[in-house]
Amino acid sequence: MWIFDRDLWGEILATLGKNITRTFLTMIGVILAMLILILLLGGSNGLSNGFNKIFEGTASNSLFVWSQRTSEPYKGFERGRRIRFKIEDAAIIKKQIPEIDVLAPRIELGSHRDVVTVYRKGRKSGSTVYGDYPEIDNITKKKLVEGRFLNQTDIESSKKVCVIGEETFKLLFDKGETAVGQDIRINGVFFKVVGIYKPNNNINIDGENAVFIPFTTFQKAFNSGDRMGWMAIAVNEDTKVPVVESKIKKILKAKYDISPKDERAIGSFDMSEVFNGISAFTTVLKGFSFFVGIFTLLAGVIAISNILLITVKERTKEIGVRRALGATPKVVKRQIVLEAIVLTTFAGLIGFSISVGALGLIGIALNGGDIPIENPMINIPQFTVSFLLMVALSTLIGLIPANRAVKIKPIEALREE
Amino acid sequence: MIEIKNLHKSYKMGSNSLHVLKGIDFSVAEGELVAIMGSSGSGKSTLLNILGMLDTADSGDYVLDGVPIENLNETKAAQYRNKFLGFIFQSFNLINYKSAMENVALPLYYQKVNRKERQEKALNYLERVGLKQWATHLPSELSGGQKQRVAIARAMAAEPKVLLADEPTGALDSKTSYEVMDLIQKINDDGNTILVVTHEEDIAEMCKRIVHLKDGVIVEDKKVEQVRASAYV
Repeated sequence: MWIFDRDLWGEILATLGKNITRTFLTMIGVILAMLILILLLGGSNGLSNGFNKIFEGTASNSLFVWSQRTSEPYKGFERGRRIRFKIEDAAIIKKQIPEIDVLAPRIELGSHRDVVTVYRKGRKSGSTVYGDYPEIDNITKKKLVEGRFLNQTDIESSKKVCVIGEETFKLLFDKGETAVGQDIRINGVFFKVVGIYKPNNNINIDGENAVFIPFTTFQKAFNSGDRMGWMAIAVNEDTKVPVVESKIKKILKAKYDISPKDERAIGSFDMSEVFNGISAFTTVLKGFSFFVGIFTLLAGVIAISNILLITVKERTKEIGVRRALGATPKVVKRQIVLEAIVLTTFAGLIGFSISVGALGLIGIALNGGDIPIENPMINIPQFTVSFLLMVALSTLIGLIPANRAVKIKPIEALREE
Repeated sequence: MIEIKNLHKSYKMGSNSLHVLKGIDFSVAEGELVAIMGSSGSGKSTLLNILGMLDTADSGDYVLDGVPIENLNETKAAQYRNKFLGFIFQSFNLINYKSAMENVALPLYYQKVNRKERQEKALNYLERVGLKQWATHLPSELSGGQKQRVAIARAMAAEPKVLLADEPTGALDSKTSYEVMDLIQKINDDGNTILVVTHEEDIAEMCKRIVHLKDGVIVEDKKVEQVRASAYV
């Protein structure tokens, strides 16, 4: 195999090494091109990772459904009627729509985002109090700092337990104090703290200062009967959220005698829309980066081709001698193309190393900052594709000087001046 | 060894056609040392180029060592050159970034001889031209005569049927020229067929046969009493 031919490589390296300055200057174009390509790709990867981190713990294929007032008169009801969901709705919807993975009913003390004063040993905190099922954790993951989240036993035996947010902890407890096991008082009822969670600063549906208690406990403690505030729903991955959204609304509209045309009686928020928007953005960004990078690379490779053309011109005599000595056109061509490939690959690898180093430093510098860039690095497939593309480009472009070299007739090359 | 019949060659110069070789009939036997003489424009270089397969004739036959040389494409020509011919040029044409030994080994490289054997052979030929101790030197570190000797070693390395020398002493002073001719004569003494293109009488006298070209035809073809170059060295 010629590829393992030590002499062939010796020939190539000798030619390239003959004029180190020019070789190096030629490579700069490709080094910079590779630098730009990798930095752009790595940067957009980092941005994508950053966004993913923001959404970490939030089920992307999810929606929230709540009740509002009707905006259309229907079946003898006037407009402006307040709709109140019942807890049985959750079971009905879950049963009728198999595409739903998780359905977590929730109820709030007071109206939406109402603040309730929570007391403990003379301290107080204005918190939002939620009655929840443990399933809510599958939709918006609570990062627990201490203790545990609500569980099925809490629901079944309506335990008077609660999970509080860090903010609530700060207001009700001293720094360093153990909150788990202590009691707090909400509307005159004592609840034992079983966990403290850290709210997600980027996506926060629960508010800064929140207290979670089991749904069943909520019903008994605050006499909410069969009322249900809203539902958090995770849909299985193969189903589009809007499909489920409209199915749910249809069921609920029929149940509560709401006009099918009434757009405002039932409120909903499709989380997947946000996700799709952002992932479309990062995909476009990645594509754009690749596009820009590849064309820069092309420019770099063309510069190499240009220099090789000049080199071929300069080496006319040498090539003539080689051909007189028995180098076939194929051999001459192969050598020039390989020179192009070696130059490009070497330069590309230098550019790659520099840019990976730079990305690493950028990643460290931006870590934990406000800029949503996380672990900016290119992945193996991206590297492979860029690398193969680079080699392919250099091969194609190397053919130009190679063909020029072959066109030189030995007799012309050897003509004495 | 070389058999040429009715060889014609013309070059197009714009609308005019320049008839350079006008029917050359010429043969060289094995072991001959032939000088091809002629003034500039006589067609001697064209003849050598055709013999060296660096150029093709318009018409006529060329048989080299029993192989008819016809319908050559570049690849085939390169292979034949490598197999049959050794070239010695006026300006040596050594590759300047390769050592003497690497230069000598180059034709063997194109013959796909393995590395070790190549180096052995190259050293062997350098020894024959008396430059073994210069094997690792670059051409820029050698004198003109030494360069031409390296070039001769390179031409010999592939063990060709015929050596073609185009003004081998053209770039050398007379003393060095005689040294080179001495070497060429010795190589010829070993039985190698050599063609030397020259316009210098004294160089031609050192061959065994002189062919005079004028305006594209052979005007004289005579055997001569060889003057040994060693007498002048």
